[in-house]
Amino acid sequence: MDRSWRTICAVLLASIATSSFTLAAPASAQETFKLGIVTFLSGPAADSFGVPARNGAQFVIDQLNKGAAPSPYEKVGFGGLKIEPVIIDENGGATKQVQELRNLYQRDSVDVVLGYISSGDCLAVAPIAEELKKMLVLMDCGTPRIFEEAKYNYVFRTAAHATMDNVGLVRYMKAKNVKMETLSAINQDYAWGQDSRADFVAAAQQLYPNVKVQTDLLPKFGAGQYGTEISALVGAGSDVVYSSLWGGDLQAFVLQSAPRGLPKRSQLVFSAADHVLPPLGDKMPDGTIIGARGAYGLMSQKSPLNDWLFKGYEAANGVYPVQAAYRIAQSILGLKAAAEKAMSKNGGRKPSTDEMVAAMTGLEWPSPGGLIQMKLADGHQAIQPIAISRTKYNPDLKRVDLVDIQYFAAECVNPPPGVKSIDWIKGGMQGAKCN
Amino acid sequence: MRKSLHPVVMIALVAAVTLAGRALPTWTLSLATIAASNALIALGIVVLARTGNVSFGQGLFFAAGGYGVALIANAWGLTDAVAQVIVGALCGGLLGLVVGPLIARYSGIFFGMLTLALSMVFYGALVKSTALGGSDGFNVGRPSLFGMSFTDPREADYMLYAISVIVTGFAGIAATILFRSEFGLASLAVRENNLRVEYLGLSANRIISINFLIAAIFAGASGAFALMAQRHIDPQFAYWTTSGEFVFVAVLAGNQSVAAVFVASMALELVRSFSNLYLPNTWQLVLGVFLLGVILFLPRGIGSLWIRDRRKRRISTTAHLTVERGAAP
Repeated sequence: MDRSWRTICAVLLASIATSSFTLAAPASAQETFKLGIVTFLSGPAADSFGVPARNGAQFVIDQLNKGAAPSPYEKVGFGGLKIEPVIIDENGGATKQVQELRNLYQRDSVDVVLGYISSGDCLAVAPIAEELKKMLVLMDCGTPRIFEEAKYNYVFRTAAHATMDNVGLVRYMKAKNVKMETLSAINQDYAWGQDSRADFVAAAQQLYPNVKVQTDLLPKFGAGQYGTEISALVGAGSDVVYSSLWGGDLQAFVLQSAPRGLPKRSQLVFSAADHVLPPLGDKMPDGTIIGARGAYGLMSQKSPLNDWLFKGYEAANGVYPVQAAYRIAQSILGLKAAAEKAMSKNGGRKPSTDEMVAAMTGLEWPSPGGLIQMKLADGHQAIQPIAISRTKYNPDLKRVDLVDIQYFAAECVNPPPGVKSIDWIKGGMQGAKCN
Repeated sequence: MRKSLHPVVMIALVAAVTLAGRALPTWTLSLATIAASNALIALGIVVLARTGNVSFGQGLFFAAGGYGVALIANAWGLTDAVAQVIVGALCGGLLGLVVGPLIARYSGIFFGMLTLALSMVFYGALVKSTALGGSDGFNVGRPSLFGMSFTDPREADYMLYAISVIVTGFAGIAATILFRSEFGLASLAVRENNLRVEYLGLSANRIISINFLIAAIFAGASGAFALMAQRHIDPQFAYWTTSGEFVFVAVLAGNQSVAAVFVASMALELVRSFSNLYLPNTWQLVLGVFLLGVILFLPRGIGSLWIRDRRKRRISTTAHLTVERGAAP
């Protein structure tokens, strides 16, 4: 521990510092479209959302770069420009995300950043992209607050926000004559759980005016043990038990509640449960009503585009795609549609940020999960159709099938422009177009 | 402590680093702002550690500063960067005044756990408060300076960089002067043997409380910087991993040199950012290996690279720091 060590360490530190600066210099021989992708690669949301999203992105980008995607996306890359992805981890909190977003734009000079699963991260990064005047595409996060509390020019969200999930569930229950005189709820005690609960209860009170809320539980995020909560829910014996749990928490809740008879006593209703079907298998009680935050996975509608994603993803990853893979696929395809629209106007040059933003605003494009329309927030927030269904275990295929699927048009479950989601629900969901 | 730089030289150094920001690439400016802000709070931990206590809950004051500034900015439109730093420091300081004397009676692991517990209580309360955006937090507008608002991103980043470097630099100079003062030496004595300090007629509790207050003020100001740099605040500010990261910086730096805190903080941010870019799946591993490497090869922190005298009353420091490291997450 003397001078020689010290010198070695000093040299090492200095070389790290210098090499990081030189590595940072962009060196591109051929013109490409550099796409920053931010998704959870570690942490609790990685298995459920982050990694499927990354796998989905890799599949879609590979196919686009090969020109192997079906119509109308058969052009190579984005209008002939190869896509060069830079993938980074969303784990580590909003402070780190803001920093890494700046690094992506300013140091790695990516053209567009696409990603973000956590609502907190979305809220934090949106104003930064706006300030830097760089294009940002949010692909998954649920909170309606992003465009309801602020106005952005450079920020887009290519998926519907969480209001749709809960309005869709209640509409499904009403359409299928599910009895709901009493309701209990279990949601995680953080923004997603609190907001989902508020939306579901508000929508339920509209379509079931006599519903009585009985047990309303908010265990903490990542609790994992739900013994007490299940006792309370079994004790209440409500007609319906609603939950927006996801990932490991949802799996734990299902595994612990089934032996205690909760699914037999109450109708279980889960707002975002498709991603736990492959790991749970026959442990998932039959007849559970679930949503997937869109017409995704086993609930997706047949189309050449959907077959391409479903089969290609399954062949590449050994498991069928769930919501996050669909959501990232639809945002990449949307960017491609915008880039090609911009290039058709500027004579085929690589589009600038402003040209991309102009092309993306109000855009509509087909995706594996249905038509995506940038209709809200002056053309910056998407609406999309949703599917809701019931589970049924299929012993032959050894997987949970989804039956009794019902689709709801985008304008049936999403608020119209200019209305805050919660006000729209509480005001009786005026202007919804269902058929 | 030892023969070292004159304060005037240190002021010149701060000025030089501030001006050097003009030549730095844009992306390093905000990185350096965060690094300076983390250095400021880690400096507070080093100040407190001289009394033999490590706070694992500096996130409490960090969040108090951040939320205080954010709420005042949104309610009354206070956007001035300097005013925000003062407000942040005041919020942290006020809370430190309340918490410090209560907690100064404990020491060692009890002190550490109590600070951790308090910060987690605050975290829990913030997550429950839907009016403050719950776990998603909320946004604030961008800061201005003396009535000037900056629309060019680079100028805005440079303004924040300059303020954070100057404030943190002066805090560092103040800390160096404090370390050499009678009070600073008495703090060291509290760590060695607080009974003897009491027999000398000094109150060990008071010394710990004052050091705690200084650490809280630094943490509050640091929270204001973090808020200004990212324009968004959420309860994560008070979470224990955030507090742990500040202890991490303090451990990396060691307590031999104030400048080491800045170097350590910047090195940590660079390693994190580049490992995240090149090794997105294993960046935490890289961070861990980096910390392990520093502990194994520089057990007294990055500061020992340029601080050489270790004969004078250093043996006890080493012994103590090893204890701290053992407890750090």
